[in-house]
Amino acid sequence: MATIYQGKYEAVIGLEIHVQLDTASKLFCADSTKFGAEPNTHISPITLALPGTLPKINKKAIEYAVRLGLACQCEIMPYNFFARKNYFYPDLPKGWQTTQHTHPICMGGLVPIKTQTGIRQVQMHHIHLEEDAGKSIHDIYEGESCVDLNRAGTALVEIVSEPDMFSADEAWNYVQELRRLVRWIGVSDANMEEGSLRCDANISIRPAGDTRLGTRVEVKNLNSTRNIKKAIDFEIDRMIRLVEAGGMVQQQTRSFDAATGTTFAIRDKEQANDYRYFPEPDLPPIQLSQSFIEQIRASMPALPQQLAHKYQTSFGLSPYDAEQLVSDKDIAVYFEAATQKTNQYKAVANWINGPIRSIINEEHLSIDQVGITPETLADIIQLVDTGKLNFSVASTRLLPALRTPGADQKGQSALDIATRLNLIQTDNEDLLETWINEALESMPDKVQAYQKGKKGLIGLFVGEVKKRSKGKADPGRVMDLIKEKLG
Amino acid sequence: MLSGYTAVYNATVVDRLLAEGAIIIGRQNCDEFAMGSSNEHSAYGPVLNDADNTRVPGGSSGGSAVAVQAGLCMVSLGSDTGGSVRQPADFCGVVGLKPSYGRISRYGLIAYASTFDQIGIFSINIPDAALILEVIAGADDMDSTVSQEPVVAYSSLLSEERNAGKKYKLAYFRQALEHPSLDPEIKSAITGLIDRLTAAGHSVTAIDFELLDYVVPTYYVLTTAEASTNLSRYDGVKFGHQTAEKTEDLTAFYKKNRSEGFGREVKKRIMLGTFVLSAFYFDAYFAKAQQIRRLLSQKSQEIFNNYDALISPNAPCVAFKLGEKQGDATEMYLADIYTVFANLVGIPGISLPLFRTNDGIPFGIQVMSDQLKELSLLALSDQLMQSEGKH
Repeated sequence: MATIYQGKYEAVIGLEIHVQLDTASKLFCADSTKFGAEPNTHISPITLALPGTLPKINKKAIEYAVRLGLACQCEIMPYNFFARKNYFYPDLPKGWQTTQHTHPICMGGLVPIKTQTGIRQVQMHHIHLEEDAGKSIHDIYEGESCVDLNRAGTALVEIVSEPDMFSADEAWNYVQELRRLVRWIGVSDANMEEGSLRCDANISIRPAGDTRLGTRVEVKNLNSTRNIKKAIDFEIDRMIRLVEAGGMVQQQTRSFDAATGTTFAIRDKEQANDYRYFPEPDLPPIQLSQSFIEQIRASMPALPQQLAHKYQTSFGLSPYDAEQLVSDKDIAVYFEAATQKTNQYKAVANWINGPIRSIINEEHLSIDQVGITPETLADIIQLVDTGKLNFSVASTRLLPALRTPGADQKGQSALDIATRLNLIQTDNEDLLETWINEALESMPDKVQAYQKGKKGLIGLFVGEVKKRSKGKADPGRVMDLIKEKLG
Repeated sequence: MLSGYTAVYNATVVDRLLAEGAIIIGRQNCDEFAMGSSNEHSAYGPVLNDADNTRVPGGSSGGSAVAVQAGLCMVSLGSDTGGSVRQPADFCGVVGLKPSYGRISRYGLIAYASTFDQIGIFSINIPDAALILEVIAGADDMDSTVSQEPVVAYSSLLSEERNAGKKYKLAYFRQALEHPSLDPEIKSAITGLIDRLTAAGHSVTAIDFELLDYVVPTYYVLTTAEASTNLSRYDGVKFGHQTAEKTEDLTAFYKKNRSEGFGREVKKRIMLGTFVLSAFYFDAYFAKAQQIRRLLSQKSQEIFNNYDALISPNAPCVAFKLGEKQGDATEMYLADIYTVFANLVGIPGISLPLFRTNDGIPFGIQVMSDQLKELSLLALSDQLMQSEGKH
């Protein structure tokens, strides 16, 4: 299962992922969480930690944390509470971070990831709620630092895995899966560029086959999906070189430098802070009733892995097609809507994973912005299925026409537009006969070769008829007619 | 630390008083960050006791007590984390009410120890305290720890309760009255009162309280722990004192700001609290103190299952001379022995100005009741004030 490095080492990785919850207001006050505002504009007395201010929990954040916990098969803790993590930093107005320490909101949990040997469930340790700090900016004024407290107090969940990943690829897949999950259940946009998903990795190496964990190094600042892989690979390589050279891995906190692709030490174990955790006295413990948890469970959408499974077993799709359809919740929703209109499931999958995905990728659209409703797609599939249109004409001519703004508002069906554009395949045998004769007459030597046994040339003839008919000839029928004609 | 700082919002209690037409005439001196029992730890200098200007008014809310004592205002507010309303009321001869924890919103109150702090009321009589409590108590969206229990019409129900002439079941801690630190003059005054109460048909029972000598250490471990982090926000970055000196790095900047901005007593308590929360000592101090606090709460429950109220001294001595106890911090802390119990278990306590020493220095007794039983506590207090001729 594990990747063996240099024939004798394996790496063990645990990830701590911070995800900003998509709540309208902060975790403990009513300030807006909107990204990109002018610095220090979302700062009430509470965010500023002015004397006498007190926190008030945002119920939506609790709900979102429970949603995520349910999506990850965690145990939801009916009794959980906040603690103060004390340290001084200018972007931390109170002088402590309000976080959960001994009693987080979710325990355990599993996240399915793709590995070389199939899907594997990565074991999670817990998920806890906490507030974000502000931002310190050091590169605006020479020799001075600026602090923007807009982000201070924003609701985060920290998702902590067990040391249960064994390569950079597995770690990357884990992040991808979590990112899809939080978006899928609507608790975060998980945008790494805007910092709404941030990742720290705990990495250690050990002799292959050993069950004990080696000394770990925490690598911070892995703030793009590319960096996650690069940083972990760099760090594994660094540790192996160190050990190979007779050295020992030191317990450290290191930071990844994206510019050089390397990590550097920022803190040794001895310099570790004593955060003096203790229960947050200004907030009563959170008590979740069973009915509250069940209400959230009932409102959960089907999860990507469940849907992928359903698409394979009920709709007969390949694992690849099924996985493609659940890459994004909008796509899965679209797929399901189309399957309400047609039972040509495989065709729907092909259309979505083929021509429609091309449009999405090329034009950077969501599936809802493509301009083809699931109903229209079902109509197109119907036209192809009944032989009125061939797939290639449908995807290259009809699809763009249907996307023209307002195309569907004229009350015109896919069939109307295909007819107007003269795309409908003809069932007029005389016309087919004429096109076939013209085609065959244009290449007498090939006809001769065919008759001498080069049966593969049939495709060429069909293609020629297609060209002459401008796509209106049904290739299947044409092939039958040619075979009949040439014996 | 907060010299020149102006609050940008009103405390919930201030808004509620203003909404009822109260006229707020000024701010009061107090011990810095409410830490002190004599009002000698103030950046503005000490407050003097109006009964004898050579004596302290008690603390930390000494200014609030003297303002009422000297007739500068009808009522004033203070904060009571371990006796800071009841003890100065005792030293100044006025009524000092500390309601149950969570009865009044703490929003806008500078935090000393969050699970102990409660806003209290100074007045010259019980009806005034009842009226103010009725106005400022109750649930508040800005404070998650405030009680959701509806506010009783303390003011109008008070006379009804009092006139019912109820006979109360009272208790006192045997160890409290027999404590070696207690001034004999206070002890004899309270013993005399117990006799008169018994004669008037109330029952007064001595009960054992073996944990008495643990309450002060428990209180100082927990409150300094909370204070050490509550005061972290005073770092000179956003507001408060910022050093005029140039500092070489961030750590030096913090150290200078805080070393210059905080007074001695505050620094001492921050260091103590930082110590008891540190990873190595957490279990030995903070965790132990929390266990004792739970035991005390159980004890309190047992008492109020059987008795209406608990009576006790407010302090082991009467108002002492300025500077008299500056040298001995432990003795100063131990003087909180009678008041911290109410804060540790969250019950209401009131200081009633019933007595004077032969030298004319006022002192009184403390009455405590079960959580959120302020109406009963005020009615009993009113009856006591009347029967002792203090109305």
